[in-house]
Amino acid sequence: MEQTALLEVRNLKKYFITDTDFFGRPASYLKAVDDVSFSIEKGKTLGLVGESGCGKSTTGKTILQLYKPTAGEILFHGKNINHLMEEKKLRREMQMIFQDPYASLNPRMTVSDIVGEPLDIHKLASYGERKERILTLLQMVGLNAEHMSRFPHEFSGGQQQRIGIARALAVEPSFLICDEPISALDVSIQAQVVNLLERLQDELELTYLFIAHDLAMVKHISDRVAVMYLGKIVELADSIELYRRPQHPYTKALLSAIPIPDPLAEVKRQRIPLTGDVPSPLNPPAGCRFSSRCPHVMDICSEQEPLLQDIGAGHLAACHLIQKR
Amino acid sequence: MNSNPLLSVEELTVCFDTFAGEVKAVDTISFQVYPGEAIGIVGESGCGKSVTAHSIMQLIPTPPGRYAKGKILFGKDDLLQKSEADMAKIRGNDISIIFQDAMTSLNPVLTIGMQIGESLQLHQHMNKQDAYARAVEMLRLVGIPSPEERIKEYPHQFSGGMRQRVMIAMALSCNPKLLIADEPTTALDVTIQAQILDLMKDLQGKLNTAIILISHDLGAIASLCSRVIVMYAGKIAEAGTAIDIFHQPQHPYTWGLLQSLPRIDMMQKQKLAIIPGQPPDLLSPPTGCPFHPRCPHAMSICQEHYPETTVLTKGHMVHCWLQHPDAPKPNREVTA
Repeated sequence: MEQTALLEVRNLKKYFITDTDFFGRPASYLKAVDDVSFSIEKGKTLGLVGESGCGKSTTGKTILQLYKPTAGEILFHGKNINHLMEEKKLRREMQMIFQDPYASLNPRMTVSDIVGEPLDIHKLASYGERKERILTLLQMVGLNAEHMSRFPHEFSGGQQQRIGIARALAVEPSFLICDEPISALDVSIQAQVVNLLERLQDELELTYLFIAHDLAMVKHISDRVAVMYLGKIVELADSIELYRRPQHPYTKALLSAIPIPDPLAEVKRQRIPLTGDVPSPLNPPAGCRFSSRCPHVMDICSEQEPLLQDIGAGHLAACHLIQKR
Repeated sequence: MNSNPLLSVEELTVCFDTFAGEVKAVDTISFQVYPGEAIGIVGESGCGKSVTAHSIMQLIPTPPGRYAKGKILFGKDDLLQKSEADMAKIRGNDISIIFQDAMTSLNPVLTIGMQIGESLQLHQHMNKQDAYARAVEMLRLVGIPSPEERIKEYPHQFSGGMRQRVMIAMALSCNPKLLIADEPTTALDVTIQAQILDLMKDLQGKLNTAIILISHDLGAIASLCSRVIVMYAGKIAEAGTAIDIFHQPQHPYTWGLLQSLPRIDMMQKQKLAIIPGQPPDLLSPPTGCPFHPRCPHAMSICQEHYPETTVLTKGHMVHCWLQHPDAPKPNREVTA
């Protein structure tokens, strides 16, 4: 950790007001992101995994200031961005790639207009340079000049995602939030897009926050991985370390739930069954939020919330089982 | 596997007539399903795996769909020759289907109990009380807690995983011989997906129902199925036992699919292999083998002729010129 972090998130909270009382004051909250802290070093990838509704996308959008954080600090290059930076300047540094490639492209704009729009907004290219710059961006993501005058519907899902990546790269950002960029794509196309993201990271020294529910793909692309459950980070470690020695019971269960594409390995795979569903984030269990589904639940779990603590070599976990050791 | 096949699909071809021309969504495919076995159909979107499943249930709207050729033999009867009234007796009774999205497959204004009971009253001629009791029993079987109370609830009161359990309960309530599961776990979270796969595996053993699992998730297929069919562009690329497909794949498309997946149990960083290009547009499919524009081993014959069936071992067949008996082979005795 001698390197300085490009992005540091400290005690980030995002509560959505779900109900107000007679005077319009908030009466109940949905705690989508509740006290989340992590940092990402320059040129590295942090994977953020969890089941739907655990707050992983909200975390990404709050960092990008698409949602105003309820509390907490987001430090980018060591500066607090909620106050100091104006939004337009921030967008030049941080961009996002969305899950549904087709829904995130304007169907009435041609590819060159889509990729060129960020250049116009930020006045990054003169009229003469514009076309050349767009072509360079398209070539960077594996498209070419003949695609420039086409419309999004003329492309396959994988190509649409490439257009989304080219648009995000137009402003030369240093940080990209990839919100489930491959889950809408076919298996053979997923690998193409992941390899593209890895190549661009090497070439342009990009830093990624990679949000996904596909744990195998997250392991492949990430340097560090954070596991979220109901708005909290329950475990955070280097990718190989997390998959080799998971500490939190939720992480263990999550990893054991993934079917392996190999019938012989499947027979040997030990599943840790999780009973029931994820509780509603409107009314999470008291104490440890995982206590209602945890196979090792103790009395203390429903009373006291475990804190995220370092258990050595940058491996963080929040569980009472670990504190006992 | 000595018994007669439960379901036998023979040279099935399904076309769709569109304004842009004819699309052969399923092209001359043949396979058998034996009683009590689980077979998996894998492939990318648009490869015809769902059309195959829907054809078995006769759920393809005609027009624009058209069964151009082939037979679907269920026992001795050809399902393609059946009238709509006859099919209605088979659907839900002998063959059931569960879909990807359980919310849109359930009727939002009827209680769960009424929906499960409906097929029992219709097919098994049960009275209301018996159907209700059987529905409670089915809900208990699929692992829904306190079924006596939940049976009076509506679909929106259930979570995604619970709704899929209700769908399975409904599909299995009449003890069908064949269950078709069309991407049953795609919309669900990982832990819930594992629960549903375990449930299907468990019920397959208990009730001896044959299952056709359609999925693009090779992991799900590996955990449930004993035989696997790999489809590409409406054709069968390769078919064999799960061990054949995952350990001795012979078609370059199967190689590519397996190599492009990162594995959770591999601890060193791998570079993902990719299949270049895009799946073909079925309006103007490539000549010869449909995979040749993306195949790293394509030869000139691949562009001209579709490869005939090559049977490698019992039950393992592949459509690829590389595996043709006349293709050059390494001398295995020398290399070994």
